[in-house]
Amino acid sequence: MFAASLTRLRYLSLAFTNLRRHRLRALIGVAGIAFGVAAMLAILAVVHGAIGMFERILNTDSDYLVFERKVSDLFFSSVTPAQLAAVRARPEVAEAHAMLFGIVSADGHPVITCFGLEPSDPRLRRAQWRAGSADDFGVRPGEVFLGTRAAEFLEARPGDKVEIGRGEFVVGGIFRTENGFEDGGVFMALPDAQAFFHRENIASIVAVKLRERGLGPQFKAALEAEQPGVMALENREFSQNYNSFKILHVTAWAVGLCAFVLGGLGVANTMLLSVFGRIRELAVLRVCGFSARQVGALVMAESAALAALGLVAGLALGAAVLALLARLPDLQGYLSARLTPGVLVGIVATAFLTALGGALYPAWYAARIQPAEALRYE
Amino acid sequence: MNNPERTSSRRGEIVAEATDIWKSYDGGRVEVLRGASVRVREGELVALWGASGSGKSTLLHLLGGLDTPDRGTLRVCGLDPRGERERLTLRRHLLGYVFQLHNLVPDLTVEENIRLPALALGASAKAMAARVRELAERVGLGHRLAHRVQDLSGGERQRAAICRALMNSPRVILADEPTGSLDEQTGETVFALLRELARSQKAAVVLCTHERRYAEACDQLLRMRAGRVEETR
Ligand SMILES: Nc1ncnc2c1ncn2[C@@H]1O[C@H](COP(=O)(O)OP(=O)(O)OP(=O)(O)O)[C@@H](O)[C@H]1O
Ligand SMILES: [Mg+2]
Repeated sequence: MFAASLTRLRYLSLAFTNLRRHRLRALIGVAGIAFGVAAMLAILAVVHGAIGMFERILNTDSDYLVFERKVSDLFFSSVTPAQLAAVRARPEVAEAHAMLFGIVSADGHPVITCFGLEPSDPRLRRAQWRAGSADDFGVRPGEVFLGTRAAEFLEARPGDKVEIGRGEFVVGGIFRTENGFEDGGVFMALPDAQAFFHRENIASIVAVKLRERGLGPQFKAALEAEQPGVMALENREFSQNYNSFKILHVTAWAVGLCAFVLGGLGVANTMLLSVFGRIRELAVLRVCGFSARQVGALVMAESAALAALGLVAGLALGAAVLALLARLPDLQGYLSARLTPGVLVGIVATAFLTALGGALYPAWYAARIQPAEALRYE
Repeated sequence: MNNPERTSSRRGEIVAEATDIWKSYDGGRVEVLRGASVRVREGELVALWGASGSGKSTLLHLLGGLDTPDRGTLRVCGLDPRGERERLTLRRHLLGYVFQLHNLVPDLTVEENIRLPALALGASAKAMAARVRELAERVGLGHRLAHRVQDLSGGERQRAAICRALMNSPRVILADEPTGSLDEQTGETVFALLRELARSQKAAVVLCTHERRYAEACDQLLRMRAGRVEETR
């Protein structure tokens, strides 16, 4: 049964003849798809990488995140001391760590992520300490701890004085982490950060570890009832609901799709030229016993072949671009491209859908060619 | 170019028949056929002979289901070539076409071109190789199978086109001025090959021509004039 239907598709081999015949034209169609694929791959990988990195900042060893209800961005979230105390008082909670995020700048480095942390924060123990140790953190006021990348571009060593924003700090230690935001960022004791950003006693979020995972819903309901100004979200829920992630995500797909639409137009153009250039030939195929459907399918197959070639070329090109971006010194650490199977499937599907969409009209046109008309002018 | 065997074929099953066919173009302004009728028996060689513009190609196209008449009845191998499904069946299994221009597909080899009608049915190259070779050898193209169409002379191309028309063993070949773009000598060779090959494959031939000598060499000579077919013999 299956073999029989494959046999019936043997005629599609003619599609390749036509691609071989017009190499330059085929190449243009392939290039259109390839650039779309490469653009989509690069953008999505970078955005997903960035989102993933950001998620990992928040999710270190925690089950729930507590933050101000209805804020659009975590940088604007304010959790008050009373709210923090309420979180800590919940019986479901094993550990709770308050954090304050801020952006600071230094000469030539406009964006340095600043983390105000409590000395008990798990990320301090997780980091590899190049100088100093987690035990030094928060002991002496006015000290900052630098990620290795931040230390590099600030040209700072332990004990040096560094200017960050309008403040001057002493480097208390240097650590290395896998996370680009952290490794290119600054850790300071929570009270120092609160003073620096003029947000006395305020935290951006509280990362909560529960005694048992199963206690989550109970914790959430009780806390939100008690403190209507905050909300608690499970880490996964948080990623799905956080607006900034959503915006990044949608933007990435939108930009990628635009690139594809252009690729699709390229294919449509290629296929139209291909059909118009051989009206007579397609008429001959009809006379030789090809059905209208077969002629249309031939055009679609040609387009699908373009898509397949474009996909291979585009994935290679995208991978090359990502490799190149990863080597750019300015992006080091921030760019951890992440390719999920879902993204790959999405790209493959989009490539074929645009190519086939672009071939719809040419195929329809080809299928309608009337042999008598086309062959009359000899 | 006399044909000693032609008297034998006045009997036999009718494979194609057009009765009282009317056809006009441009909304009736160009009346091409006005009650034309033909009858073709199996294995027979029929000439449609007439001046340029007399409607030979038009009638041939109607028989082959490439166009639709305004009026009249058509019957080809028991099917009405007006229906889309019937047309496909006719083109795939029962009819072969040869045109004035070879209409081979450029960039394909001679072999691939001859195989096209079988490819439409899903036959593999391997399964068809023997059949393609047999046909090609009969028209003297056995050594050119792997050549691309572009490398062939006009006569050779037309011979390849004849092979292609016969690929699926049709019962009727519709040939529209197959010698029209060839020089005299080549034209005669091609005509002779068409006649011989069709005979050996037991296919009837309807041949449009404005050249009397080819028409005379057929079993039946039908003259087209004023949109009608006159039987001259
Ligand atoms: N699709 C069409 N639209 C308009 N006029 C047409 C069409 N097809 C044929 N004709 C006209 O019908 C007439 C007969 O054409 P046809 O091609 O059948 O003649 P013919 O006998 O084959 O001529 P020739 O020997 O030149 O091939 C011509 O005047 C031609 O212009
Ligand atoms: Mg004609």
